Amino acid sequence: MLVRRIASLSKGLYVLLCFAFFYTPIFVTMIFSFNSSKSLTKFTGFSLRWYTQLIENSEIMSAVWVSVSVAALATAISTVLGTITAIGLSKSRKIIKEWLTNINNIPIMNPEIVTAIGLMLLFSAMKFEKGYLTMLLAHISFCTPYVITSVYPKVRGLDVNIANAAMDLGATPFQALTKVIVPMIKPGITAGMLLAFTMSFDDFVISYFVSGNGVMNISMIVYNMTKRTNPTINALSTIVIVVIFVAVLVVNVIPKLKNKKGRKINEKNI
Amino acid sequence: MRYFKNLVKPYIAWTAVMIVIPIFMMLLYSITNSGNSLVNIQFTFENFKRFTEPVYLSVFIKSIKLGLITVVICLVLGYALAYIISQFKESTQGVLILLVTIPMWINMLLRTYAWISLLSDNGIINAFLDKLGIGPIKMMYTDFAVMIGQICDFLPFMIIPIHTSLSKMDKSYVEAAYDLGANPVQTFFKVVFKLSIPGVLNGIIMVFLLSISTFVIPKLLGGGQYVLIGNLIESQFVSVGDWNFGSALSIVLAGIILFAIKWMKKIDTGEN
Repeated sequence: MLVRRIASLSKGLYVLLCFAFFYTPIFVTMIFSFNSSKSLTKFTGFSLRWYTQLIENSEIMSAVWVSVSVAALATAISTVLGTITAIGLSKSRKIIKEWLTNINNIPIMNPEIVTAIGLMLLFSAMKFEKGYLTMLLAHISFCTPYVITSVYPKVRGLDVNIANAAMDLGATPFQALTKVIVPMIKPGITAGMLLAFTMSFDDFVISYFVSGNGVMNISMIVYNMTKRTNPTINALSTIVIVVIFVAVLVVNVIPKLKNKKGRKINEKNI
Repeated sequence: MRYFKNLVKPYIAWTAVMIVIPIFMMLLYSITNSGNSLVNIQFTFENFKRFTEPVYLSVFIKSIKLGLITVVICLVLGYALAYIISQFKESTQGVLILLVTIPMWINMLLRTYAWISLLSDNGIINAFLDKLGIGPIKMMYTDFAVMIGQICDFLPFMIIPIHTSLSKMDKSYVEAAYDLGANPVQTFFKVVFKLSIPGVLNGIIMVFLLSISTFVIPKLLGGGQYVLIGNLIESQFVSVGDWNFGSALSIVLAGIILFAIKWMKKIDTGEN
């Protein structure tokens, strides 16, 4: 009995330690964002000065805007592109299916830095000026494969006759698509959309290589600012953490959407 | 249904431009030495030969070594956590896995940055050690700091696929093993671990891929002198401006990953 108690106690302790390892840096960041002095080790008193500085810092605020707008646009475009591709793919010949799924897997399997450099070479060859547009195009490019891998299995699970039935009953192909097929694969589309948004919002490596001319997203500005201690970043971190925490909790109220990241990992492999 | 066949066409064009052409451009850059212009192109294997110089080779060896150590530590820590989590009742498992995934949603750069204030010479951990009478330990800009950052960022990528495998496992196999006289250790290694191998392999590939190609963690926690493959590639494009050598390095990196994936797949099919 005693052995069992000790075993379950040490198991609990291990879980606790692991979570402490994950969450300590996050909590420390949050606590020190309210520090009244610049110190990152001594808490000298509560203040909101880093938050005021954050709001007054136009460079950071524009980076927040770039991150949010690029993520929103890239998600919208890659969701539409990925969904229609997944639908088309299920009706394509076998050889197209095989080739396209293989090519689609390249950005998922490749290290981000390799994808980033490929895109950077492409944009420079096309004489595209590095900036917002190149960042957006790159984000669409690495988000779409994830949308396709989320939507395609759902499309394959559909009854082949369903769209034909709709059209026999007088629907145009477009109506069959939007009124019949899309509603039936909605869970896959939502999953792909969420994945695309977080991939885009989190991205550093690809944005770092393909953007320029002062266009920076949150990750890039953090990277630039870490060279000296700067509690403004802590304030920014805290806001991002709280927003994401709340968003993840809200999303997980719908139990179906659980394990999204887990799915991403499983998709990323083999 | 043939109406929808054409829907695939825009993406075929898109992948041709955004995925296939960049790969060929990278290949082209890696086997030429004409700088960045395509006018007077000259083919060469110089870029790949340069890679075998001791300076660069040692960077690759160091990266692979660090990647493998990260994988092993993540495997041990992650397997234990995934295994313990899989023994809780289902609703608790859901909550715990959610807690594992939440940090993954938070920007990796912000999480890595957070470690700086913990690990630096006058950081929180050293302030705590000082109170215990232990002298300040230099942690920032060492292998240790880079490892901590990598493990903290990548461990969830190991835990989740393993947990998925373990939770899908049919529990009656374990009971059968006990009934047939196996002790807990035998049951674990001969039954549970074997059945979780697909998850383990997925986790290994993910963590290896992430840790071998990162350049942010070594830069923030290892300092400017700390060079891994990712940093080497970055510097070729950002500061040195040798795009040809940088492309060659990228191709070697992609090759290493491809090899690792193929190898793991082989183990996976061999097991079944």
